[in-house]
Amino acid sequence: MNMMQKQHSPPLPSTPTNRIRQRRRAKSLEVLPDPSKLNGGSLLVHDQNKYRSMWIRTHSSLWMLGGFILILYLGHLYICAMVVVIQILMASELFQLRRRVHEDKQLPGFWLINWYFFFTAMLYVYGRILSQHLVNTVTSDQFFYRLVNSLIKYHMVICYFLYIAGMVWFILTLKKKMYKYQFGQYAWTHMILIVVFTQSSFTVANIFEGIFWFVLPAFLIATNDVAAYFFGFFFGRTPLIKLSPKKTWEGFIGGSVATVVSAFLLANILGQFQWLTCPRKDLSTGWLHCDPGPLFKPEYYFFPIWLPEWIPWKGVSVLPVQWHALCLGLFASIIAPFGGFFASGLKRAFKIKDFGDSIPGHGGFTDRMDCQMVMAIFAYIYFQSFVLPQTNSVEMILDQIVRNLSFEEQERLYMMLGQIFKGQQFVHP
Amino acid sequence: MHKDTGSSGPSTPSGSSARLRRRRGSNEVPPEADKANGSHLLVNDHNKYKSMLVRAHSSFWMIGGFAFIIYMGHLYIWAMVVVIQIFMAKELFSLLRRAHEDRRLPGFRLLNWHFFFTAMLFVYGRILSQRLVNTVTTDKVLYKIVSRVIKYHMVTCYFLYIAGFMWFILTLKKKMYKYQFGQYAWTHMILIVVFTQSSFTVANIFEGIFWFLLPASLIVINDIAAYIFGFFFGKTPLIKLSPKKTWEGFIGASVATMISAFLLANILGRFQWLTCPRKDLSTGWLQCDPGPLFKPETFTVPEWFPEWFPWREISVLPVQWHALCLGLFASIIAPFGGFFASGFKRAFKIKDFGDSIPGHGGMTDRMDCQMVMAVFAYIYHQSFVVPQSLSIEMIMDQILMNLTFEEQQALYTKLGQIVEERQFGES
Repeated sequence: MNMMQKQHSPPLPSTPTNRIRQRRRAKSLEVLPDPSKLNGGSLLVHDQNKYRSMWIRTHSSLWMLGGFILILYLGHLYICAMVVVIQILMASELFQLRRRVHEDKQLPGFWLINWYFFFTAMLYVYGRILSQHLVNTVTSDQFFYRLVNSLIKYHMVICYFLYIAGMVWFILTLKKKMYKYQFGQYAWTHMILIVVFTQSSFTVANIFEGIFWFVLPAFLIATNDVAAYFFGFFFGRTPLIKLSPKKTWEGFIGGSVATVVSAFLLANILGQFQWLTCPRKDLSTGWLHCDPGPLFKPEYYFFPIWLPEWIPWKGVSVLPVQWHALCLGLFASIIAPFGGFFASGLKRAFKIKDFGDSIPGHGGFTDRMDCQMVMAIFAYIYFQSFVLPQTNSVEMILDQIVRNLSFEEQERLYMMLGQIFKGQQFVHP
Repeated sequence: MHKDTGSSGPSTPSGSSARLRRRRGSNEVPPEADKANGSHLLVNDHNKYKSMLVRAHSSFWMIGGFAFIIYMGHLYIWAMVVVIQIFMAKELFSLLRRAHEDRRLPGFRLLNWHFFFTAMLFVYGRILSQRLVNTVTTDKVLYKIVSRVIKYHMVTCYFLYIAGFMWFILTLKKKMYKYQFGQYAWTHMILIVVFTQSSFTVANIFEGIFWFLLPASLIVINDIAAYIFGFFFGKTPLIKLSPKKTWEGFIGASVATMISAFLLANILGRFQWLTCPRKDLSTGWLQCDPGPLFKPETFTVPEWFPEWFPWREISVLPVQWHALCLGLFASIIAPFGGFFASGFKRAFKIKDFGDSIPGHGGMTDRMDCQMVMAVFAYIYHQSFVVPQSLSIEMIMDQILMNLTFEEQQALYTKLGQIVEERQFGES
């Protein structure tokens, strides 16, 4: 039974054709009693049925990988749509988790509050991130421009009042003797939405800065999972942590080395495509051309002279972005697995086996996304701190001007500035 | 002796008021709290005069302390907010802790305070970074250090959080998983609730003490007015959650709050100490041009007003209309923060969040409505007040003062492009 646990493997899309293996999930998702044995009996190396389970996981992994590449080809908007769909599925799974049927029957319509808060959070998060892109898309049409501008201006107030309305609704539906359950559900809803939306908002922000900054971290997590699985498969002996009894130190270290190396190489390959490296400034879906910036221009390093003569290459060309990729790889292999440990601990705490069962061989969407979530947040923060050039004050003031002044006032400001410069040009040489 | 419709003051630690009332041992709700008949309404309670005296006594101390801190200035108000935060977090952390499990997890409480410290660094770093830079512009070395620290502020806070996260996972103990995860989630919820409102409060303070003082006073006025109206006229219960609140108190307080919002804004708006924004972290006196919001406009009284009305003209600061909106929110929506806290206390069968303040309970009991109001005041200020007070002159000032010559040129060219594009699109 241990083979059906979630462990490490690459992400997959869920297709209905793959339910080859009959799952005994009818009754419940309860954990079967032996996963906490620490002797060698639970390690993957000694498991006799491991070849069959590996075949099933590989099969669904390949399907997920194929679907993922197709979406990448289609473009930024479709990737966002995929992120939104994954979000909805994850939120569904997680909302379901703590609901208790008995109490729910006495509170009709209570589950609506969850989805109401979900909708408000989506409006808030995507409104903030995509507001500038939205403005750039509708500049052609006068009427839409004004409409969109005023929506963006009052965006925060709108979302706040939607949230307050939800809170008032919650308070008015408090029922005697159900207070504890309802407050527990309220807190659980907030935690789920925060976890799900933080990482998805950062993911979407990264996507519009260039698909590269979304694909690379996602692939690194997948690579880490696959590499750790295979190293554990063949060499795993020493258990890593009590929370996940199937993970081993050999798998962990082997996976880390493989991830860092493949980060370096993958960044080189991915960085050659303009489709992946160019930022998208609006919400269109057409082809992209841009100047990729100094990060993606190759620099040539010559090999030192003491290298033996039969090596055919004299030097190696490295994109500067590959050094950033090394940092991402390091994080993906060492810290991101803690997202997986957290999810394992959560499942043990609530005595469930998987978060859902959408994907054969893997469990639900949350099972696949647990490490991705930690990585997405890190990738965004890393990008904002080390890769992006600092937003200079020119941009900020320009932003203020465009947002807060009317057209006539902007033109007046422009004239006044012009006059000052003409006057100054005689002073500053 | 319940907490509900009592007069409340802003929450500062009270001075030396004696504990006139003896508190029961545990924090459990006494069983008669759920009765819905009229016997427990404040109008019919005979001990109400004594409890009113106790509450009035501690309210005076709190208001006095609060006025003193306002006089001292922005930095001291910020310090007061931080102290209140620490008290609230302490009360809330200890609420769901269970002594039996806690003994088996040594050092687990440290994790809470680690996350608290990280949240404080993150929140106040973001809000006050620009002001910190303005304070150290004189010293070159300090300026470089501060700029560097601010540039990597987000990464630093993220790694501190991740360190706490990993620490949590490594201390997970078998058979204690559920308790530990529950505590983890509870810590996050507390920190989010406490820090959202306090960060917005501090942001408001540095935009001008007026935007902190007015909302806080409105909540106090609403509470006191609701108490007094309920004391004399209260008959119809308002909501099952708080059995002592009445519709008469609610409506009377709403009217009183809106009127006093209008008048209070006029009084407070005359002081430059309250209306000027603080651009750095100094503590000295403030001089500034208050902006169009605080310049009085005169309205002539319409003819149909009775003749004995002495004033023919009224001078109204434009900010008073904003104050009406704040008053409306404070009287209608902010009390739901109180209902939320009441429901929460019933759900967990506790009587008060703590007992720091005699007659009122803990810090969180006093701050529950203030929290909702602080968030609203900030959002209102950012959405409706800031755009109005930005005039061409102020942006010109910003451009000429903050940008170098090359940056000004760059701005000029970009602005030219935008204007031309629009003219091209319109024609």
